[in-house]
Order: sequence, then structure tokens, then C-alpha cells
Amino acid sequence: MEAVSGQYQDSGSKGHRLWVRLTHWWIAVAVLVLMFSGFTILMAHPRLYWGDTGNDLTRPFVELPIGPNYKHGGWQQVTPFFASPGSAVTAERHFYIFNQNGWARSLHFLAAWAFIVGLGAYLAFGIVSGHIGRALWPRRAERRPAALWRDVKAHLRFPIPAAEPGGPYNVLQKLAYCLIALVALPLMFLTGVTMSPAIAASYPILLDIFGGTQSARTIHFLTFAFVALFLLVHLAMIALTGPLRQLRGMILGR
Amino acid sequence: MAGNSVLVSRRALIGGLASTGGLMLAGCSGEQPTYGSLLRMGDNFTYGAQRLLLPAKALAREYDRSAISSMPAIGTVDPSRADSEFYSPEGGAAYAALKHGGFADWRLRVDGSVARPAAFALADLQRMASRTQITKHMCEEGWSSIAEWTGVPLRTVLEAAGIRPSARYVQFHTFDGIIDSIDMVDALHPQTLLAYGMNGRALPISHGAPVRLRVERQLGYKSMKFLHRIEVTDDFVDPGRAGPIAGGWAWYVGV
Repeated sequence: MEAVSGQYQDSGSKGHRLWVRLTHWWIAVAVLVLMFSGFTILMAHPRLYWGDTGNDLTRPFVELPIGPNYKHGGWQQVTPFFASPGSAVTAERHFYIFNQNGWARSLHFLAAWAFIVGLGAYLAFGIVSGHIGRALWPRRAERRPAALWRDVKAHLRFPIPAAEPGGPYNVLQKLAYCLIALVALPLMFLTGVTMSPAIAASYPILLDIFGGTQSARTIHFLTFAFVALFLLVHLAMIALTGPLRQLRGMILGR
Repeated sequence: MAGNSVLVSRRALIGGLASTGGLMLAGCSGEQPTYGSLLRMGDNFTYGAQRLLLPAKALAREYDRSAISSMPAIGTVDPSRADSEFYSPEGGAAYAALKHGGFADWRLRVDGSVARPAAFALADLQRMASRTQITKHMCEEGWSSIAEWTGVPLRTVLEAAGIRPSARYVQFHTFDGIIDSIDMVDALHPQTLLAYGMNGRALPISHGAPVRLRVERQLGYKSMKFLHRIEVTDDFVDPGRAGPIAGGWAWYVGV
């Protein structure tokens, strides 16, 4: 009991450093704009596929019930390309669909530039300064199943003790931050650029890594879902552990 | 000597900074108009960055015949239909007459910054050395498909018309009233075709008969269908509402 709650107590926290605060808010704003514009883009074609191709005339991996384009159907003049049975076909669309991609795509890529700059700066500072290795990477003792389980139980116990802004972090917190900063956000970037026809032409290895354009799009969406889940849990934990103090810590340092 | 190398590296540094600044400037005051929109400035920045960072001659991936997939026909599927998403009464009437004649009277006009303005019939294009490629079409909506395209490289036609060294953009006019352009990096790229064949047959009407453009390193809407005129220009010409920018879309879509 004492040891567990001790993890949350102030044990030498220096608060959040300036570069952590700057990159945190810079990336946070970029990610929120990316989530909003990305969801709008997805609404134009809410079907996900695996492989290099996928469209309204092929079978989706999943179709998401978001917006007016969900299962709109209505394709006319279905014509096979070849004489062989089961041939690929073409068909005509004679109606308007929901499509706000004119602004949504351009906004997405504008925010993506800001995101790349922010994430690049964070990772460079984080690795060079040793911050990621010291504060985020779980130590050997913390990675033991018993230690993990202890931390899970501590999180399930209410009220959650107010945490000191800027750590030291408990092991679940470390895992969440490592997953978001070192896996999910870099994966968003890589799957995103894989969908670019010009970048994929220059670096076709991206298509091989992710299994094609549509696989990359599907992984891009699943990773987005993880980022959205992280954001909800992140906000909930702040709300439960002294939100004003946490917010002040990420703005002023401590 | 040491002083000299410092000078050289400083000069290189200044040059590097200047080109970065040029990139930023291109984002704000490039040749493509922004209509004051921050989004269009971002588009121009992406265009400048991709042209600076990506190899100009990289080829889009080509696939086996077994990879050919179904492919929707969207936007205009027949320019003579007045209920099309894009429709020009003049172009629609002309297209209806040409379609009735099996496109025997169709001509592709090539003019502007060329030494020998010309008009090519379909048979003229088919006599030139052709290229067949199986490539992926990526639509801005989010879907993709793979098809086999046969046609003549745009470069061959531009050289036949005697393109001038001052040429910097190639603008396309279509029967459904769209006017849009590409730069010389894409225009001279070996995979940029004037395609008259699809999946081993004549190009279907819904996919742009008799001739459409294929620009394999940009999104589908740059691969314009139903071509009737190619205009080579020395400067960027904004076609207003007939083009993408005034309608709120990016001119360069390599992303």
C-alpha cells in the first residue's frame, strides 16, 4: 500500500521542462486538427480495405457507419472488363456523394507539416537529452508482470492520488507515453506518407512494409482509433488527479 | 586554406538557408494563385517540398495483369449528358457529334509554346510508339484501383509539336469544361501518357474516350478524361472556375 501510493508522491520531480511543454502543445494542436480533418476525409469513403486496391465495386474489410455515404450503393451500367467469369468490372456513378475533401485534405496536410516538425523536435530532444530513456522507458523491475499487475490494481482504486506534474511516472503511464510517442504517432506519419502517390513512387518499400495503399489506410485508421482512445484516457486521468494543477504543470512547468 | 573552407561552408549554409527561405516563399507567393487561402499556401508548400525532396524521375509501381481490379467511373461519365457533375453545353454538343461518328473526326489540338502547332487524329497517336503500363489509380475520395493503360507518352506528342525550351506548364482542356495543368516534371515523365486503351480494349466512354491523361504520381483528378486540346504555356495560367484552385481544391496532388 505505502509503496504503491509512494509512486505517486513527489520524489524529486522537477516539473515539465520547457521543451517538453512546447512540443506537447504544438503536437497536441496539430493532432487535434489532423483528427478532425482526417475524420472528414474518411467520411467521403468510409470503407476500409486490405491490400493495394479497394473501391465501391470491391469488398471492404469493414464499412464504418459514419455520415451519408455509408452503404450508398446505386452504381449503374455494371460492365465486366474481361470475358472470363468473375472479371473485374466498371460501373458509373450518377449521383453526388458527401465530399468535403477540397478543404479537408489541404488542412490535413498543412497540419501534417506542423505535426512532423513537432514530433521530430520532440523525438530529437527526447533522445539526445536522455529524457525518453530516463523518464518514459520502463525500468527492468517495472517490466515484471507482478509490478505491472500492482500498478493496474493501484489504478483501479479510487480516489486516485494526485500526481505531481512531470513525473516520476508509474509503469502504466510510461507504457502509454512510449506507445503514443514512439509507436503510434510515428506510425501515423509512415502510413500517411505511404498513401501519397508521389512518395510511394520514390520509396516503394513503404508499400511493401504496410502491404499496399489500402492496408496503409486501414492501419492509419486503426492507429487513429488508438490515438483517440489515448486522448480520452489521458484527459480522464488529468480530470481525476487534480486537473488545474496538471494543466498549470504543462503550461508553467509545475 | 582553413579560412577558405570556413567561407565555403558558410556560403553553403547561406545557400541552404536561402533555398529553405525560397521554399517558404514559394508557399506564400508561388506561381499558383492562393486566393488568399492558408490552405492553398500549404498546397504550394507541399508542392515545393516534394519537388525539392523527391527524385524527379522515380517511377510509380507497375503491377502484373493479375492485379487488375474493378474500377468505378465517377465525375463526368459522358460529357454529352447534361446531368453530369461537370458539363459544358458547347463541349457536350461537340462530344455528342464525335461520339456518334465513332470519334473518327476527333482531333487533339496541341498549341501554345510549341514550334509546330498541330491537330492529331486518334490514328495519328496510335501510329506513334506506344507504352502499356499497369498502374494504380488513387482517388482523392480514398479508394484505389489498378488498370492497364495503353497510350503514347505525352513527351512524344510534345516533342512532335516542337515544344519550346521556355515551356513550363502543360494545360489540358476537356469536353466537360475542365481546364487544368501539370508542370514539366510530370509532363515529361515516362509514365505520363495520353491513353487510348484500357485493360486491352479501346478506352471506354465512362473512363474518358477517346483519349485521357494518365499522371501516375498524382491523385486521379489530375488524370483528366475526354481531352480535346493541349496548351503549352511559359507561365502558370489560372483557368479560374474551370480549374481546381478557384473551386477550393489543390492544384498539385502528389499527396
